[in-house]
Amino acid sequence: MGKPSDLVQGTLDLLILKTLLPDQIHGWAIAKRIQQLSGEVLQVQQGSLYPALHRLEQQGWIKAKWAESETGRQAKFYSLTSAGRAQLEKETANWNRLSAAINIIVSEA
Amino acid sequence: MRWLDRLRIRIAMLLGRRRAATRLDDELTFHLEHQIAENVAAGMKPDEARYAALRTFGNPALLREQSRAAWSWNWLESVLRDFRYSARTLRRTPAFSLMAILVIALCIGAATSLFTIVRSVLLRPLPFRDPGQLVMVYEHFRGDWANQDSFNYNVVSPADYYDWRAQSHGFQDMAAWRWWQFNLTGEHDELPEVVTAAAGTWNFFPLLGVQPALGRTFTESEDHPGSNAVMLTWSVFERRFAGDPSIVDRQIHLDGKPCTVVGILPKDFAYPDATVQVWVPYQAVATPESLRHHDWHGSHVVARLRSGVSLASAVSQVEAVQFHEHMQYLNAPVAEDVAPRAITDDLAKDVKKPLILLLCAVACMLFIGCLNVANLLVARGAARQKEVAIRGALGAQRWTLVREQLTESLVICFAGGAAGVLLSLVATRWLAHAWKDLPSAQGIHIDGMVLGFACALVFAAAMLAGLLPAVTSTGRAVFATLQASSRTTGGSLSRTALRKTLLTVEIAVTVVLLVSAGLLLKSFVRLRSTDVGCTTGNVLTMSYSLPKEKYDKPEKVNAFNESLLARLRALPGVRAVALGSTLPGNSWGGDDIFTIPEHPPITPGAELPDALNRLADPGYFTALGIPLLQGRFFTMQDRDDHASKVIISYQLARQYFPGENPIGKHLVVSARDKSGYEIVGVVGDTLWQVGQPAKATMYFPLFSGNFENSFGFSLAMRTVSDSLAMSVPVQKQIAELDPQLPVSDVLTFAQLIGGSIGNASFSATLILVFAALSLLLASVGLYGVLSYLMTQRMAEIGIRIALGAKREQVLRLALADGLRPAIFGLALGLAASAAAVRLIQSMLYRTEALDPVVFATVAATLLTVAAIACIVPAWRASHLDPMQALRTE
Repeated sequence: MGKPSDLVQGTLDLLILKTLLPDQIHGWAIAKRIQQLSGEVLQVQQGSLYPALHRLEQQGWIKAKWAESETGRQAKFYSLTSAGRAQLEKETANWNRLSAAINIIVSEA
Repeated sequence: MRWLDRLRIRIAMLLGRRRAATRLDDELTFHLEHQIAENVAAGMKPDEARYAALRTFGNPALLREQSRAAWSWNWLESVLRDFRYSARTLRRTPAFSLMAILVIALCIGAATSLFTIVRSVLLRPLPFRDPGQLVMVYEHFRGDWANQDSFNYNVVSPADYYDWRAQSHGFQDMAAWRWWQFNLTGEHDELPEVVTAAAGTWNFFPLLGVQPALGRTFTESEDHPGSNAVMLTWSVFERRFAGDPSIVDRQIHLDGKPCTVVGILPKDFAYPDATVQVWVPYQAVATPESLRHHDWHGSHVVARLRSGVSLASAVSQVEAVQFHEHMQYLNAPVAEDVAPRAITDDLAKDVKKPLILLLCAVACMLFIGCLNVANLLVARGAARQKEVAIRGALGAQRWTLVREQLTESLVICFAGGAAGVLLSLVATRWLAHAWKDLPSAQGIHIDGMVLGFACALVFAAAMLAGLLPAVTSTGRAVFATLQASSRTTGGSLSRTALRKTLLTVEIAVTVVLLVSAGLLLKSFVRLRSTDVGCTTGNVLTMSYSLPKEKYDKPEKVNAFNESLLARLRALPGVRAVALGSTLPGNSWGGDDIFTIPEHPPITPGAELPDALNRLADPGYFTALGIPLLQGRFFTMQDRDDHASKVIISYQLARQYFPGENPIGKHLVVSARDKSGYEIVGVVGDTLWQVGQPAKATMYFPLFSGNFENSFGFSLAMRTVSDSLAMSVPVQKQIAELDPQLPVSDVLTFAQLIGGSIGNASFSATLILVFAALSLLLASVGLYGVLSYLMTQRMAEIGIRIALGAKREQVLRLALADGLRPAIFGLALGLAASAAAVRLIQSMLYRTEALDPVVFATVAATLLTVAAIACIVPAWRASHLDPMQALRTE
């Protein structure tokens, strides 16, 4: 999948926050999970994933912790903060509103 | 707690940046390994898996950069990186960096020292309560003769002061003080010392808000004639009484009279001058008679404004009182008006103009220094053109490149500024010590504001020096250098034009400085060589004062003076001795109004005739070499009862006896006694101060025994050879007559007169030093520019020589190239000087502002120095080996 502009960045944040909702996982697992959950439609490139993760961390929506992964190596595990949870709800509402509006226009005969 | 988390992250980013960077690497490596594992699990061979993973991964460096771009504190990191790179680059070219730092250090050091002095003298408020509410009030005469040099601020007479205080209510309070002098001795008359003193009214210290460090100030009941209260200043308290607090309520002897010390003034109080050692009450040195005089002016009046009353209305009230006095005493020199002056202006009046002039000179020098550094930076920028062009082509933003170059100039200026501040610590101390006239009311030292000023200067200099080279070296034109080969000659034309322009401006400013310095120097030389009107070579002078307690009768005074004269004239090595009051060239002395009974009476309200009054012994004029123009000198018969004779100066005769013979006429001087003085002779003029026109003078016989206002005598001895060597024998003779009498101001006549022009010499010397430094900077700049030009044109010159040009032709070509900016700069500078010198016209003595000799000398000097600076690069260019030149890239 290609990499067009701002729309993807905004939605990538939303996807990452949603993915981190259940538990804490590392960057590789986030990319894999998004791929799986979307049915192989969305494939996140590293070039956009890690900058997004670091940006979200600086903003305080997610927090990171270094722990031992399943392979035995140290990995950086991300989890959602409470502010992140609130932000997720806000962004979900935003997305629903936006996509509903687009749907209305696009599906008009 | 989002903000808490964010704060935590920001601090972690600031302090643990390196750790975060390694962690980022770990994170990306982890991701890559997982990708490889997945590829292997999908069935690829390990090598293939790795390559496939790397392909999808992309450029790791780019990835790292993108992730880091999201971090906070990135701007700080780039600033620090710029500083590191600049320091490294400067370290690689130590010669250039050192020279640039030196130039900036010199300029900033000079500017900081001067600013420290300006701040202490002109800007800092005085250590009084609410100093903004204090004004000095002076009398003002309306006549043209009083205002011919500048506006007239005349000191105040005691009766005027008391009337003002009693009859006007515009000011909260007014106090007065006057200069005095005492022979200070201990309780048993030991250690005689002449001290400068001041007499202030009882409300003087309370009005200023000055609390004594020990004891108390004067009470109102102590402010009466003959009072014996005294206050010591901190400096004499420490110096002579070893800081012993028990001196309070003990006695010291002033002019032989026992006085009780009532208090000690605080350490930071040095008004009006640091030379004042003791304070006495105002009326203590006056008689009831003298306090009633409206025409004996000598006091300074300080007034505090009343809240709610403006200065103008308070002054107009006082003026009304003064005008009333004037109308009452139309035959006496009573002023009509009153003029206020701010107290800081009052203290700084002598040094304000020279200080401002020096400040301008230093600003010029700083400007030239910055231009020099800019020139150097442009040269460096030219050498790095390819590097900058490649970086720009690779995608560096213009702002980044400019910022990097600005950081370089900032680093140079910081280093130079630090060195300059250290330099100014030394320079300020020397300046404050060497400039005698500075009002050092609080001491001059470097403090926070001065350091802040130095920092501001550093930034300004960095911007000035760095902006132009940075901006011009990163413009679009830079990309053209990527296409240019080194053999083209037109590649860096814009650069040379820029450097030449900078150099032209530098030289123009240098010329302005040189012209000002030349004019001031010429004025000083004229001042120095002015004929005072008497012999000044090999003359020793000293002063002494006979205390009233011991010498209470005129006979005693005359006896002392006579025996002293006889003894001194008998000394081997002394050719002649003159004894008088104030010597020529040693400032005003005193003046009196007089009337001429033989002339028609002056109309009331018209200008009153006024002349300086001097005492002279019979041998005075011959000893000093003042010529007799008419009549006779005094003889030994002109004394005591037959002493009502006067000798007048040529100026007096010309001004008040035009076209008639003054001998035999009389002068009636009301200040002395009502009987007239017969004019017996006319002598040549002497100047009362070098730099001022001669004023009418009248000389009275020394042995008249009629001394009302002062007992100060001055001796002038013409010696055979070295006059200072005679000072000890002369002092011994005085000590033999009166062992407790101290002498003061033992100086040669040249030193005495030189003291009054010391300031002119000092400021002229300083400006000359600045101008010389600027000339040095400009010539070094010229040398640099011409070397650079020749290097740029090396290929072209090589071709010319190979084609047959003679060495002299190349030399001429090179010289013309270098001298052209110098000549433009000279022309520009001369034009600017013609405008600028009008501002210093008032400081020049008998020198025209547009003096052709000075201008011509400056032009010749500059052209010579420019030629010398150009000769070496031109010589090198003309002796170029053409094969070498053509082969060099």
